Amino acid sequence: MRNRTHLSRLALPVAGLLSAALALTSCGTPSNDPTDKPTEQILVVGTTSDPDTLFPWKATQFFAVNVAQNLYGTLTEFDADLNVVPGLAESWETSADGLTVTFKLRPGAKFADGTDCDSTDVKHSLEAIQNEATAAVARSSLATVTKIEAPDASTVVLTLSVPDAGLPSNLAVINMAILSSEDTEETLNTKPNGTGAFVLTSRQPNQSLTLARNEHYWGAKPPLDGIEFRIIPDETSIVSAMQSGNINLTTFDDPLVAQSAEAAGLTVRKTPQLSYHVLQLNATRGALVDENVRLAMQCAIDRQEVLDTAAQGEGEVTGPITSPAYRSDPKARPCPTRDLAKAAQYLAQSGLSEVTVNAIVSQGEYATSVNEAENLKAQLAEAHINLELEVLESGAYVQRWIDADFESAVALNGGRPDPDGMYGRYFPSTGNLNKVAGYSSPTLDQLFAQGKSESDPAERAKIYTQISNELEDHAVWIWLFTSYSYTVTTAGVTGYTPMPNASAQYLRSTSIA
Amino acid sequence: MIRRIIRHRLTRRLATALGTLLGVAILVFIMLRAIPGDQVTAQFGLEAAGLTEAQRAQLEAYYGLDRPLVVQFFSWLGNLFSGNLGFSSRAQMSVAALTAQSLPVTVELAVLTIVLSLLIGVPLGMLSASKPNSLRDGLGQTVGLAGLSIPAFLLGSSLLAWLAGSGFNPNGLGYASLTQQPWLNLQQMLLPAVVLAFGIAAPIMRTTRTAVLEVRSLDFIRTARAKGVPVRRLQWRHVLGNALVPITTMTGLQFGYLLGGAIVVEQIFSLPGIGRQVLIGIQQKEYAVVQSTVLIIATGFVLVNLATDALYRLIDPRVRVS
Repeated sequence: MRNRTHLSRLALPVAGLLSAALALTSCGTPSNDPTDKPTEQILVVGTTSDPDTLFPWKATQFFAVNVAQNLYGTLTEFDADLNVVPGLAESWETSADGLTVTFKLRPGAKFADGTDCDSTDVKHSLEAIQNEATAAVARSSLATVTKIEAPDASTVVLTLSVPDAGLPSNLAVINMAILSSEDTEETLNTKPNGTGAFVLTSRQPNQSLTLARNEHYWGAKPPLDGIEFRIIPDETSIVSAMQSGNINLTTFDDPLVAQSAEAAGLTVRKTPQLSYHVLQLNATRGALVDENVRLAMQCAIDRQEVLDTAAQGEGEVTGPITSPAYRSDPKARPCPTRDLAKAAQYLAQSGLSEVTVNAIVSQGEYATSVNEAENLKAQLAEAHINLELEVLESGAYVQRWIDADFESAVALNGGRPDPDGMYGRYFPSTGNLNKVAGYSSPTLDQLFAQGKSESDPAERAKIYTQISNELEDHAVWIWLFTSYSYTVTTAGVTGYTPMPNASAQYLRSTSIA
Repeated sequence: MIRRIIRHRLTRRLATALGTLLGVAILVFIMLRAIPGDQVTAQFGLEAAGLTEAQRAQLEAYYGLDRPLVVQFFSWLGNLFSGNLGFSSRAQMSVAALTAQSLPVTVELAVLTIVLSLLIGVPLGMLSASKPNSLRDGLGQTVGLAGLSIPAFLLGSSLLAWLAGSGFNPNGLGYASLTQQPWLNLQQMLLPAVVLAFGIAAPIMRTTRTAVLEVRSLDFIRTARAKGVPVRRLQWRHVLGNALVPITTMTGLQFGYLLGGAIVVEQIFSLPGIGRQVLIGIQQKEYAVVQSTVLIIATGFVLVNLATDALYRLIDPRVRVS
């Protein structure tokens, strides 16, 4: 009896604890819910990481680029269909010989601090991007520009060494943002000053970034008063936060997470992406030097099976070029469907009965990498090709990739709207990523030069079809599939247009009820 | 006099602690450099392949990677002694300022977790020990086993998803600090603390059970019972009082681990604690952030151990005498 009394007393703290827990959990929605502020339109965007820089010329991380796109402006822009449209330059004109491009700047464009954005700032920005000491990532996109002049406040003239039809598209990338000549990288790292639709008002590292509408923005006034990017590292936790109404919009790449969001009653829109999944082959290493081995690998792979197995069929089988205006025909390749007999034939032509190829695979860089690699390994094994997988932590993978220290690499590479911007760095022998591409040829050099200088869209499309065929016929790489990005929104969010290049620029036209 | 100071127990403990911290500093420094990649590749990713040599050199100079490793180490160590823990170029903030934000989050979570763990583990251990091999003992042991077996990420994610369905998800609102929004802060800390406490209460429960059973078998307990000491007083004062040393050891150990940051739970519940600070530092290869933060964590661990030692002296008079 005494024991029982004693034990019941022991249970008191536990009961108290449970009561406290119940009291805390029954308190309802806390007071700082953004939807509690009817007078202000604040959109809360969930994101898994903190931007690693706020400086647009060095932004490569997905979220850093998205933030920069809302803070800064470029001479040209992409519309929702990836057409190049005016940005800070309201028009541009290319000379008959294609060697001079004259930009007319938009009158009244201002930086967030209220100062004018004129030709001095454009000249200063483009020259700084060209300067190696700046370490700007888009430097190579201005390789054809030999002189930048600002004859008056609203005119900028670029002189080119060769005609460059891809230049207007290259200038639309946020790494080409126009900065004030008064600002430095140091000041912009903490206090961004751009011509974008929004301005940074506060930042809590690892927690959130808050943007407010830029009252000096040259375009249509954004409906939102502000945006809060809320950092929630776990994607499943973002879904939970959206379910409870704490977050209004987010973007996922993982189809499984998107499915769980859909199951939770959220609105999910999928957008085909320009980025592509590929088995990169390094034609300068091992057995892959022999084109027959590469062709054997290409014929031994059923791309749809890779897509179905690794990404639940969420995507489309692709050829090299993924931009809508120049899209490669995925059937225009030596083996449009898996053909083990032909693979055996190619392998026999190489004089080998069995081949071993090393493949680096990133773990954690993107959701489907290891599954893709496992499926490729299984398929290639049936063609007597042993794909030796080397699964690496993402930092180690990046280091091996940039050193071109691999025979093959399972990769997810970013795409660009213009095919010259997409592959002009990889496959011409002078491209700054040619070492990583592991392949070049005089034919490709010539075709890329033609594509760059051709201004007629129809003629350009023909040239890039030839390039695409050349890449496939020589099994330079094995292009697999493009996937989707999934934009998840709660009720009341309207006006947001997700883009195939994963840009979040249309936050400027988004509103929330 | 000097010899007495040198031989003093406290001096020896401090010397050991400093040696440990120096060892940790060297180890972390070497391990970070052994991981492939650096801050340039971490920031630029695959785009780093397109950098020219001059661009790469400029970036290495910017991040201080162009200096010899020995210079890098002693430069960082020297700065530590002058109170400069380094700078995070990602967050554009000093490591001291970053830690001033993240450490209170982790300390609060650790304290709440330990309190909850003790409130669950000690009574449950005593309940189990009150009648060994009985139904209540089996129940207690089962709860303990579940605590040890169920991973925190599973429990955390499940709880979050389940409660979010009913509209309760304070962690989705963005972190609220204890000083500015105490009520919201407590709500945000509740679930992660419960998840962590479930796992930590298990070893505390097991230690309590074993220690209580051992003390109960000693002669002085039988004597006390024979002399008519009331059961409640006997259990709490004589049995639990004498079983406190192993329980304190286990609690101190767990508290030390918690100060290192419960990375998984911090990730799931979006708590900007010190574990996340280290994780992001490693991902971004921000050497100064990782080195200084790990050293702070190690210092916390050493201090908790020293405090545990001091507690022994309060709990057990025999330690004082020896």
